[in-house]
Amino acid sequence: MVAAIIALSALALVASFGLAMVARAFAVPVDPKVEEIEGALPGANCGGCGLPGCSELARRIAEGRADVDACPVGGESVARSISRIMGVAFAGGGARKTALVFCAGDDETARRRFYYNGVKDCASAALLFGGDKLCGYGCLGLGTCAGVCPFGAIEMSALGLPVIDPSKCTACNKCVLACPKKIIKLVPVSRRVHILCSSHDKGAKVRKACSVGCIACTKCVKEAPEGAIAMQDNLAVASGVPEIPDSVAAVCPMNTIRVVDLGISAPADAAGAAAEGAAS
Amino acid sequence: MKSGTFFGGVHPRYEKDLAGGRPIETMPLPARLVVPFAQNLGAAPKPVVKKGDEVKRGQLIAEPQGFVSVPLHAPTSGVVQAIDVFPHPVGADLPAVVIVPDGKDEWAPGLNVERDAGDLGADALRGVIRDAGLVGMGGAAFPTHVKLSPPKDKPIDVLVLNGAECEPYLTADHRLMAERPAEIVEGASWFAKALGVENVIVAVEKNKPDAIAAMRPAAEARGYAVRALDVVYPQGAERQLIFALTGRRVPAGGLPMDVGVLVQNVGTCYAAFEAVRRNRPLTERVVCVTGRGVANPKNVLARIGTTFGDAIAFCGGLREDAGKIIGGGPMMGVAQYSLDAPVTKGTSGIVVLTRREAVQYAGDPCIRCGRCLRACPMLLNPSVLSVYAERLRFDETAAHHVLDCIECGCCAYVCPSRRPMVHHFRRAKAEIRKKQARAV
Repeated sequence: MVAAIIALSALALVASFGLAMVARAFAVPVDPKVEEIEGALPGANCGGCGLPGCSELARRIAEGRADVDACPVGGESVARSISRIMGVAFAGGGARKTALVFCAGDDETARRRFYYNGVKDCASAALLFGGDKLCGYGCLGLGTCAGVCPFGAIEMSALGLPVIDPSKCTACNKCVLACPKKIIKLVPVSRRVHILCSSHDKGAKVRKACSVGCIACTKCVKEAPEGAIAMQDNLAVASGVPEIPDSVAAVCPMNTIRVVDLGISAPADAAGAAAEGAAS
Repeated sequence: MKSGTFFGGVHPRYEKDLAGGRPIETMPLPARLVVPFAQNLGAAPKPVVKKGDEVKRGQLIAEPQGFVSVPLHAPTSGVVQAIDVFPHPVGADLPAVVIVPDGKDEWAPGLNVERDAGDLGADALRGVIRDAGLVGMGGAAFPTHVKLSPPKDKPIDVLVLNGAECEPYLTADHRLMAERPAEIVEGASWFAKALGVENVIVAVEKNKPDAIAAMRPAAEARGYAVRALDVVYPQGAERQLIFALTGRRVPAGGLPMDVGVLVQNVGTCYAAFEAVRRNRPLTERVVCVTGRGVANPKNVLARIGTTFGDAIAFCGGLREDAGKIIGGGPMMGVAQYSLDAPVTKGTSGIVVLTRREAVQYAGDPCIRCGRCLRACPMLLNPSVLSVYAERLRFDETAAHHVLDCIECGCCAYVCPSRRPMVHHFRRAKAEIRKKQARAV
């Protein structure tokens, strides 16, 4: 037994020496910055930046082929730590954003024109006449956005509309790209008043299809400050600057314009809270 | 090897006797016609009429945009009431022109004139066929003149007349072959002349003995062969038909012309006869209105633009238990939500299923039984494809050749888990094409 222990120990010694030599001889030089940056990135591999994963983005940032704030999920805090690693100045990003569904037509307010019985997926449903909603622009309610969200920030309501939790949403843009009706947009969390409709149909047609759709009555345009809301092809669209005051929501006869509380009670990270604090 | 059949396929209940014995009836003009612009594969023609215009039958109402596009003609004389968006049987809401017939059904000047077409050359024939707005009438609606213009390095030596009509229920081609064989064969002879092809084969499934009997003398008078094919779906699909008749395999992603074959539906041949010999643009077609949800299933000669509602009303209307209306056949057709959907150049049938027949299942997980692999006539692996598509892994579906899927529905038909296979594949194809478009 002693002989066996000695023999195996000797073998281990020789093998480890060999491994050490090989590791030195064939060492692949890795930019230490890549590892550091990868450590600073969220590590969710969500693909929100458009690259396969966090390590690929880290490599590109280290090589100078991507900006320090290229990670849409990390927000300002991640951008700051990466800028420290890279030794470049970072001026500070824009306001924190969250995804928002620009449709309020749920199972109670929006009508359907036929009974869809195919694959339970919005993009599949949209292949057949653009979906079963009478409104050709509305949310199909099959939860494709919730399925692609890597952060579990989207849940489907009982009435078939996605509900996005701004405290979990990292604005990675995946749901925006996945939605076949293109009704999810990224908005600053500081913005309170939103026009929750995407229909460019004329008023009469909207009324038939949905009880909360924009009928292009232009009341909001008159109520809001100059330039805050513009009519674009039968749809009121917020320009962002100046902000729409809360009072405008009250004049909308269809309850399309609503005060949406995107205030974050439990911020995802310190930078998020800072950005929110700065904005409010 | 000329096998007379192909690998895979299924044997659905054919239900052809619902309308198969009914001679073609000409439908009277309805109160309005809804004529969509997009009736051909490729670019939709652009409208040249506006609201309030008076049109004559056969008058150009939309002109082609590019080579893979065909002109569109007014199906009767009347007034343009509106141009608006209507449901289209392909499964989309698309712009269409609404024509209110004046009842006179007057042809535009110069049309509907018998002509001796014997001295027309190949180019002239292609021109006539294009100007008549001909597309493949089996369902795909591919512009006929494009098919007749193969590149020089791909000579065609076999012309196939596709009278297989393998879709269950449908009998439009069957009746046309049984009733107008001489016209079909003459139409085919113009195709043969335009291509310079001698070898013409008429392919009919064995379940249409009267059509075979009618076609045989007409075809043999011109030296064309008539082949009776085994009854298996999808025998009428281009690639499967070519393999069954000639043993040639169309390469993946290729076209029949790659193996020197051109396939034309018998309905298209009839339309070519009308265009070349009678100088009539394509303004009507035979539609099989059938299914247990229709009171009197019939084969009707209907104007392009006849709404499904009007066509069904002509066939005695819907039965009480009608549950689902399909544009096309039950295997490859598209479910319709509105009776306003019109008959287009590619509409071979309107099938109305009863509520019991139309029962659908949500679809369970794949149990890897492999039945779909035996059924797939394209030798794909539908099982793996559907699982990848379900997981949104579209790159993998592309690697497993989902783009070669002909959407025949055999896999879904045999699936014991009742998975919506074709729907998954259509989604995957759409995503892959979107990605390709972005990459360009």
